Amino acid sequence: MKFAVLVFPGSNCDIDMYHAIKDELGEEVEYVWHTETDLSSFDGILVPGGFSYGDYLRCGAMANQSNIMAEVKKAADAGKPVLGVCNGFQILTEAGLLPGALLRNKNLKFMCRTIQLKVENNNTLFTNQYEQGQVINIPIAHGEGNYYCDEETLQKLKDNNQIVFTYSGENPNGSLADIAGIINERGNVLGMMPHPERAVDALVGGADGLAVFKSIVKQWRENHVNN
Amino acid sequence: MKKVKIYVTLRESILDPQGSAVQGSLAKMGYGEVEELRIGKYLELTISDSARDIDTLVKEMCEKVLTNVVIEDYRYEVGEAN
Repeated sequence: MKFAVLVFPGSNCDIDMYHAIKDELGEEVEYVWHTETDLSSFDGILVPGGFSYGDYLRCGAMANQSNIMAEVKKAADAGKPVLGVCNGFQILTEAGLLPGALLRNKNLKFMCRTIQLKVENNNTLFTNQYEQGQVINIPIAHGEGNYYCDEETLQKLKDNNQIVFTYSGENPNGSLADIAGIINERGNVLGMMPHPERAVDALVGGADGLAVFKSIVKQWRENHVNN
Repeated sequence: MKKVKIYVTLRESILDPQGSAVQGSLAKMGYGEVEELRIGKYLELTISDSARDIDTLVKEMCEKVLTNVVIEDYRYEVGEAN
């Protein structure tokens, strides 16, 4: 399976994302600069964390105007897996690929530590390697991770099982309904604030994030490898 | 040339923790009569006279990129640039 890791000016989790795919999973991966205009040769798109365009105007707003985002929308429409983490999640909401928006953390602090997440839906192409209800340890690192949407949208997210991860025990940023990660209706676009790519090796504090990437690859192989 | 002043604020229904924190500081300083403080953004655009209909243009820019309508409201004023 071949992954693209998008790179915007100010991305800083692109290398972690690349490492997770190449070294921990052993799959193909390439960096794709934001001015590029073709993602057709990739099977999965990863939108990494960081501070694209310095978070000027709003987190993710400028990145959404890049050439590459039109291609990300095409890939999403084609049913390819698209994963946005942290700033990547903010970009996907700005792009309208996921509903809602990310507000400033309720306590106004930038937070960088490991928190507990609950897998609310393990029946997705991003979470099939977790148990339903499993609690995992994943790092967060964000100042604007407070998920918000209107009531109607929240009801829809609940009704369609689109809430994939919630904060367990403690909600670090004040997000609505403890939401840490949501998926689109079709199920091929996931946005999450915590960083699974920073939790792929026990040597550096835990490997609970690896199953996100393993899930993507497993599903892809089932659909694409001839028996 | 026209000068357009755009004011962007969080929608009323959305908690503004930054504004609350500043309001708390004012209260500590003795300005307890401030009942609410909300923080927004101010954008200033200078636009050439040859531009197409300025209202359409400004609304289009606001809704496409300058604001996020999920969480923000905006209003603007058009005046002559010096």
